[in-house]
Amino acid sequence: MVRVTHWLTFVAFVALVVTGFEIVISHPRFYWGEVGNVNTRPLFVIPIPASRDTVPTGYRYVMPDQNGWSRYLHFEAAWVVLLAGLVYGIYGLGSGHFRKNLVPARDDWTWRAYRNRIARYLRRERPDCAEANTYNVLQRTAYLVVIVFLFPLIIWTGLAMSPSFTSAFPATAELLGGRQSARTIHFFVTWLLLLFLFVHVAMVALSGFWTRVRGMITGKTRDLEDGP
Amino acid sequence: MNPISRRKLIYGGVAAAAGIGGLAAADRLAKRYGLVPPDGGGIYGPGETLTYACQRVLTARTPAREFPRSMISKDPFANAVAPPKDDFKRLQAGGFKDWRLVVDGTVARPLSLSIADLKSMPIQSQITEIACEEGWSYIAEWIGTPLSGVLREAGVLPQSRYVVYYGTEKGLWGSIDMADALHPHTFLSMGMNDGDLPVPFGGPLRLRVPRQLGYKSLKYLTHVTVTDDIKKFGSGKGSVDPDYGYSWYAGI
Repeated sequence: MVRVTHWLTFVAFVALVVTGFEIVISHPRFYWGEVGNVNTRPLFVIPIPASRDTVPTGYRYVMPDQNGWSRYLHFEAAWVVLLAGLVYGIYGLGSGHFRKNLVPARDDWTWRAYRNRIARYLRRERPDCAEANTYNVLQRTAYLVVIVFLFPLIIWTGLAMSPSFTSAFPATAELLGGRQSARTIHFFVTWLLLLFLFVHVAMVALSGFWTRVRGMITGKTRDLEDGP
Repeated sequence: MNPISRRKLIYGGVAAAAGIGGLAAADRLAKRYGLVPPDGGGIYGPGETLTYACQRVLTARTPAREFPRSMISKDPFANAVAPPKDDFKRLQAGGFKDWRLVVDGTVARPLSLSIADLKSMPIQSQITEIACEEGWSYIAEWIGTPLSGVLREAGVLPQSRYVVYYGTEKGLWGSIDMADALHPHTFLSMGMNDGDLPVPFGGPLRLRVPRQLGYKSLKYLTHVTVTDDIKKFGSGKGSVDPDYGYSWYAGI
């Protein structure tokens, strides 16, 4: 169940990032608060051409506009992430997956545990036998932040941009400081999730890409202890 | 075959059958209660249907977000429109005295209303945000009369499902379901921020659907048709937007 929802989320996340980028380039300006448009001062601007000629970007070039199918696919992929996340969350709580595999052990709730593990990464020490089949304190923390903070936050900020959803639950937008704040936070959380993805894939690559990916698909890690 | 994999196979089979059965039942229920949008087919159909069905269940009667007067945008952005045709310029030169809104379709009494007729109906105002699918937005006060009042005057027949609408911009048309059409914040807007609705913002008459994105709030409104069969209009997907790749439902 963990592996099925992981790969569903991965495929949907790629679709969300690609379509999210397409949606952003139709208005590559960001604001804080409730409203923002080309007549208001932006918080920041991504220095790229836009896909709409109404946005003053300083470029004469207007990028091809892909907003239509991007929005269709963005919301469909968001449903995949949401439903896979619900299944994973219920399974994770019910089966003890979170408790056993993700919540750091009591002894590790110290700064020293984090410092030690970072130092071992920096010294490029190989993981010891005890770590071959489990996650260390840094991995557990990173996974938990992504699962209980970043994914819920990106879904929340997405819904806070829906004029219909916020008509039923206005607090989703108000607690974030407004619709445009939600859009800006949505943008930055995307970058945090991408940062996690890059580090995650780099770590998989460093520890033997195909062996690990096989493990992530089949759930078996028995040949890891022998090592290359 | 060892017993573990046989057990897994049986569980897997039962789960798959339950999943397919569940989907089929959900599809039938959604169709029965009108929770499938007109563009609910194709590869994006499942996502669109989930979104629309959930929004309809959660938000059929919820009021649009309203804002204090102090939050009205000082310098709203009108967005681009096609340059006006001669017909429009002639109406504009006459102060839009000859502008008509035709209301027909599945109604007991078809209407043809001037701007003055509309202004003699109960006038209300709302301070709501208009948000474009591109990402930008502004807040304005919109002054007009609820579409529901005009529909009541025309006498909407019970089989009606959608309200289709057209403006002077050729080829642009849309529709909303009855939940949005009868919603108290769905306005026929003739004024904006204490003045007449300026032409760049859709004047003299704009449909205002504040719980959906800006592209559902059609400018230069001239014709409203109530219908029980949305498939008869255009390519049958509820508005011109799906023909350009955009979703019919724009509440998200």
